[in-house]
Amino acid sequence: MRFVDEFREPELISKTAEEIRRLAGTNRHYRMMEVCGGHTHAIYRFGLKDILPENIELIHGPGCPVCVLPMGRIDDGLSIANDPDVIFAAFGDMMRVPGTLGSPLEHRARGMDVRIVYSPSDALKLARLNPNKHVMFFAIGFETTAPSTALTMMRAKAEGIQNFSVFCNHVTIIPAIRAILDSPDMRLDAFIGPGHVSTVIGCRPYEWIAQNEHKPIVVSGFEPLDMLQSIVMLLRQLRAGEAKVENQYKRVVPWEGNRAALKAMAEVFQLRPYFEWRGMGFISQSALSVNEKYAEFDAERRFQVPGIRVTDPKAAQCGEVLKGVLKPHQCKLFGKECTPEHPIGALMVSSEGSCAAYHNYEHRKAAMVSLSPMA
Amino acid sequence: MCLAIPGKIVDISPENQDSAMVDVVGVRRRIDLGLLHDDKPVVGDWVLIHVGFAMSKISEQDAAEQMSTLRMLGEIDGAMQEVQGYGLDEVN
Amino acid sequence: MSSGPSALPAAVLPEFAPTRFRDPQIEMAHGAGGKASRKLVEGLFAPLLFGAAPGPLGDAAHVDIDGTIVAITTDSFVVKPIRFPGGSIGELAVNGTVNDLAVSGAIAEALVVSYVLEAGLPTPILEAEVRAMAKAAREAGVRIAAGDTKVVEHGMADQMYVTTTGIGRLIGGVTIDPRSVRVGDRILLSGPIGDHGITILLARGELDLEANLRSDTRSVLPLVQAVIQAAGPGVRWMRDPTRGGAATSLNELARDCGLGMVLFEDQIPVRDTVRGACELLGLDPLHIANEGQFLVVVSPEYADAALNALNLAPGGSEAQVIGEVREQPAGTVLVTTLYGGSRIVDMLVGDPLPRIC
Repeated sequence: MRFVDEFREPELISKTAEEIRRLAGTNRHYRMMEVCGGHTHAIYRFGLKDILPENIELIHGPGCPVCVLPMGRIDDGLSIANDPDVIFAAFGDMMRVPGTLGSPLEHRARGMDVRIVYSPSDALKLARLNPNKHVMFFAIGFETTAPSTALTMMRAKAEGIQNFSVFCNHVTIIPAIRAILDSPDMRLDAFIGPGHVSTVIGCRPYEWIAQNEHKPIVVSGFEPLDMLQSIVMLLRQLRAGEAKVENQYKRVVPWEGNRAALKAMAEVFQLRPYFEWRGMGFISQSALSVNEKYAEFDAERRFQVPGIRVTDPKAAQCGEVLKGVLKPHQCKLFGKECTPEHPIGALMVSSEGSCAAYHNYEHRKAAMVSLSPMA
Repeated sequence: MCLAIPGKIVDISPENQDSAMVDVVGVRRRIDLGLLHDDKPVVGDWVLIHVGFAMSKISEQDAAEQMSTLRMLGEIDGAMQEVQGYGLDEVN
Repeated sequence: MSSGPSALPAAVLPEFAPTRFRDPQIEMAHGAGGKASRKLVEGLFAPLLFGAAPGPLGDAAHVDIDGTIVAITTDSFVVKPIRFPGGSIGELAVNGTVNDLAVSGAIAEALVVSYVLEAGLPTPILEAEVRAMAKAAREAGVRIAAGDTKVVEHGMADQMYVTTTGIGRLIGGVTIDPRSVRVGDRILLSGPIGDHGITILLARGELDLEANLRSDTRSVLPLVQAVIQAAGPGVRWMRDPTRGGAATSLNELARDCGLGMVLFEDQIPVRDTVRGACELLGLDPLHIANEGQFLVVVSPEYADAALNALNLAPGGSEAQVIGEVREQPAGTVLVTTLYGGSRIVDMLVGDPLPRIC
């Protein structure tokens, strides 16, 4: 696969890992946070922790839009779809996320019309194909996904579609990073920046992290060589006492971002004054809602939404794990009451949530005596 | 938020300039070019695809530069080791 | 699924045996072949139907009839759509049962088939399926001895459900038992994985994906026979990885023998198109269903002979050694890369769901 296989070349990966070991030395312990859930997934999928030296610690950040969605929002979305004339459409990622009365798939088993879509356009297509039903698209994702939802709504408006709406849960990444940095018990040296969000917002929005907080941030791609190269770039900055924004993912990320995508978002969305992030509490100006011009496509205005707030059990320490203060297995509920099959907190819910990833991958590897690398 | 795959544009629909067919090692998918109006791709271009939309064009030049930077890492390392062999220790 | 030989404690009548299945209702996940399926089988069916301590669950049961061992198995086919590139429900129904018997070390002698048909099903469609089954049975060398038909209301049975039950005689020269697996054994795979599941996914037409891909449905009996002939004494375990994929089958083995299955990622055969589709959808080929492949664990002394026999047999040229059995990580499947990275691959929970994150 072009633009994929080159960045998975085993020899180059080994060489880059060597360079990381050389740069990391032994005197200093480095704590780097990868913000985006896709990076968390890549770390486990490619087994990158196995080839990094022990003194580089990767902390998983809050960039998992499924994990940070409060359960009440899922309940709200499902309550709208309780109507036999409503089709609940969402990405596969949402299908097993538990609401108070079960996940979307469990609702489907009880007779709700629930469809998996792979694009917001699929949801709009469903609306065209089912004129007697209403299609409610349960939108999730950061700035990577929001423009596609926005463009789809613009198309719906242009076509005069009457039976389509969006239940908008899009969130923005910068306020989440700010919340991490504002956290008193945070100890981070650097950030691995979200590569795909940055194709939309560019690299400028991270400048305050370098300038005001003096933390280096490298916007990174998702292949093993991308992430390893980003770590090399971060180590070089840290050793030189620098703090800059760098773009490792140049082949795809424009420094200024994607103007057309940003325009589409501005056309359709507005910032919510605040939004609840599961495990992190309320964060101001951190999420999008549908603006007045597109009100007819806003599910929250077309339907009666209960506005349910569901609080996680006090014992769930999601917030501390999200901020990198605790490791997943240090939460009292980890692996016992809270498992991927019966998730209690946000981070167990999605397979790229830190706790789920740790439970599925790290936990059992930690039990191994030794792992000799393949030649 | 993050699953995005490179694909090569093999066809752009004459009736709808925003609708294109991409190829990913023989798998073909119809995608939307609506977010790339400022930098319209043509057949043969590579784009990054996320939820059925092209997010960005992939720069072959930048990709090639990145690969050569990475390859040089190993060479610089090799050169350093040679230098060390002459007794000029590197301060780590 | 089936049980090993066991004695019922006299105190508990089977219908009163305690069960361990606590899910309040049946979900799609329970049929997907992964963790949820296993919970249902081990927690509900096994205690009530197979008696206490049934032993590891295999693909087929061996029943002793007055000193003659007969292998028997059953399988239901509920695929949608019923026709897809490379095959149809009819072929799956024949090959699936022939394969379950083959990997348990038996040659299918006869099948019986049961149809549940949806009222309103056009006759030409039914006829096409029955012809497909006749052809598949002839090619697999098995006779279809008897059948049954039921018709249900329109809207049920997705056009048709087919169940086949097969009996066979033991091939001999081989004992399939997960408990015989040892550290150092090699794990072999007969050919590329993921073809069938991805073909079905694309054939459903819900995705805007097209690919030149066909289901791999076929009888693996000739390949199994080749392996047994060349390496019988060294064969420990075989399985055809259908729903849940190779990862699920190997996880079951790892659990049953308590050892670690270490796979070498670069040696697992996957077609480019399957890889592309999986990357696009965020799926792992190891979790995708196959209908014409099998896994075999062989002792190191016989591994070369087994691989050779596979590669030389028709349809086995893409067989590979994909891994080996190690002590660690116990009870787990681990995939390793050439650069020293590794990841644990768990059993599937429910159906593989495409993701965007």
